[in-house]
Amino acid sequence: MRNSKLTSLEEAIRKSGLRDGMTISFHHHFRGGDKVVNMVVDCLAKMGFKDLHLAASSLSDVHAPLIQHIKNGVITKISTSGLRGELANEISHGLMKEPVIFRSHGGRGSAIACGELHIDVAFLGASSSDELGNACGYSRSENAKSICGSLGYALPDARYADHVVVITDDLVSYPNVPKSISAADVESVVVVDSVGDSSKISAGAIRDSKNPRDILLAKQAAKVVINSGYFQDGFSIQTGTGGASLAVVKYIRESMLEKGIKASFALGGITAHMVKLHEEGLIDRLIDVQSFDKVAAESIKNDPFHQEVSAVEYASGVHQGSAVHALDIVILSALEVDVNFNVNVLVGSDGIIRGAIGGHQDTAADSALSIIVCPLLRGRIPCVVPKVTTLITPGKSVDVVVTEYGIAVNPARPEVAEKLRAAGLKVVDINELAAKATSIIGTPDALPFGDKVVGIVYNRDGKVLDEIHNIVE
Amino acid sequence: MMFVPGNNPGMMADAHIYGPDSIMLDLEDSVTMAEKDAARLLVHNALKSIDYGDTEMVVRINPLNTPYGKKDVEAVVKAGVDVIRMPKTETAEEVKELEEEILKVETELGCIGRTQIMAAIESALGVVNAYAIATASKRMMGIALGAEDYSANLKTNRTPGGAELLMARETIVVAARAAGISCFDTVYSNLDDMETFRKEVELIKTLGFDGKSIINPRQIEVVNEIFAPTAKEIEKSLKIVAAIKEAQAKGSGVIAVNGKMVDKPVVIRAERTIALAIASGIMNKEDVQ
Repeated sequence: MRNSKLTSLEEAIRKSGLRDGMTISFHHHFRGGDKVVNMVVDCLAKMGFKDLHLAASSLSDVHAPLIQHIKNGVITKISTSGLRGELANEISHGLMKEPVIFRSHGGRGSAIACGELHIDVAFLGASSSDELGNACGYSRSENAKSICGSLGYALPDARYADHVVVITDDLVSYPNVPKSISAADVESVVVVDSVGDSSKISAGAIRDSKNPRDILLAKQAAKVVINSGYFQDGFSIQTGTGGASLAVVKYIRESMLEKGIKASFALGGITAHMVKLHEEGLIDRLIDVQSFDKVAAESIKNDPFHQEVSAVEYASGVHQGSAVHALDIVILSALEVDVNFNVNVLVGSDGIIRGAIGGHQDTAADSALSIIVCPLLRGRIPCVVPKVTTLITPGKSVDVVVTEYGIAVNPARPEVAEKLRAAGLKVVDINELAAKATSIIGTPDALPFGDKVVGIVYNRDGKVLDEIHNIVE
Repeated sequence: MMFVPGNNPGMMADAHIYGPDSIMLDLEDSVTMAEKDAARLLVHNALKSIDYGDTEMVVRINPLNTPYGKKDVEAVVKAGVDVIRMPKTETAEEVKELEEEILKVETELGCIGRTQIMAAIESALGVVNAYAIATASKRMMGIALGAEDYSANLKTNRTPGGAELLMARETIVVAARAAGISCFDTVYSNLDDMETFRKEVELIKTLGFDGKSIINPRQIEVVNEIFAPTAKEIEKSLKIVAAIKEAQAKGSGVIAVNGKMVDKPVVIRAERTIALAIASGIMNKEDVQ
């Protein structure tokens, strides 16, 4: 067609004006199936680029090949929400000269929008695009290969990056509307064989957890929600995707049906569970920054009341009117919670980075009620501790901690504690929970951290919260 | 009563958080020969170091005629177990033999009479001798059906309706009631078939059992739900118990509630209803006082 932006990846890079030392960005909507990051960085290495800043919305196991590109100097700086797998392990041991910058999803969105995180070239994988760059995370063609649903984390990049390259494996005829990324923001469109391994992008069928501990935690969390005072007609809710979080939705649904209560919206990572409640009429609207499974991805394509939002619209702390400001209840998980209600979701009990901030900071801070669901013990690892290994979400944002040994309520929320007690729930002092954990498994040895800073954790307002040090074997 | 393998520290550490009335740590069938000694040590330490709260702690030992049985008794009595469950009990003499073993250890510790006995009946001979077993010792707190071995012994199989177990179940309930002790039904092992499990629990409640043995925390809710008394039953029982307390305070033996005379069996049933309401988690102990 006239004015087509179709080109090869190499040519797109050449046209972008990318130079050594600049910032490139990626989204993580293809999760564990992502092929875009490795493909682009391989190409950049081949073209001889050095000293690049890789700013991804998140990175996972599949990005282990970056280790080589860090060693050969192609990538010298990383900003992300999380790290997992071999890449995380190497970085935790001191692979990089510069520390990795960790931001929440809302924090990244606002940092991009405010210019604090300036992106020179964004490489954005898309499940479908036309030749001018109207792109989205699903496809209406029969050739759809890699469906991810919402492209919410890519939208700030598309809007604010100096140069945008859309990479797709499903080129569709113009105009590819409704769209997520607008052709007006796109400079080049690259067609490749595959942007992602669809089996690893999203889970197919939902499986309810049969783990009795998950079920116990979920039932307790549901009781907290139901008796918190916020469970009223028109309430809003966000949950994570762990076994316990998914099961919470099931128990809340039962209570909604019983009491005739409906929710105005569900927010965040949307799952098939939430879609089901929406389709049953129990949740009026879905606000989706990330679609966690195929059912959610299909729903966002077909249902006008299942709305895609950008990371800024979802969770920015700077932009008044982001959806978290209207959120009543959020249910979150944790690797560790400490006696001051501080939460760690990033660094494991072995000192190795193994998680992501995600929307944890954002939703905890701005929701009316934040509930952390976390077992007291994971095997021999205590999860309620005197002090978190790494501070990710400050305790002042955290209202309730649900464990299998009791529910702790932040002393700043006495009215919530009172309501839960009145409902017959076992409300305990968080210090008692930490003491219980210690009484069962003792005090773990201190972690062998070194002097090198391998990560810096930002709060969503752009202030530094904590540093992560290298781990020494 | 929740069965927990005695060689699984992870399960033993937090079995009580799911709220079973009693936990049975198993040293017998779920532990292989090679692990008998390790499991015994593990169970001993679990009983000594884990705070199981109000949960009644039972240990199923190996039969006394195996090389492990007596060592099991010594280890668990020393750790302060509430109840020893004797597997495959067929005669009153076996109960007496266990009683002697317990007495030896308790004498050494200076805590004679602390440990109770539950006998599992798992054969035709055991069913025939049920009453003799139930009355064999003052330590006997209950008898329980072990249906897998029993149905094999009968030369039949277990069926969803449980027709093959009817005689054994009724005999065990009758023997327990005649002896004034408790009785517990066997496990149901198909965790994915909650419907049949539910029917089985309804059946054994009707037959008169005090409780059901379970193998997974997911089964607790169904048992509690079925054994839980209704709000109306609880309200009536609370009235009866309050009235009898008041009457006793006045020195009167016979009372009437809502115009009906209340005698001893009615009071016993009322007390049982309240105990069940507390066990099912729908009432707190404090509410009774």
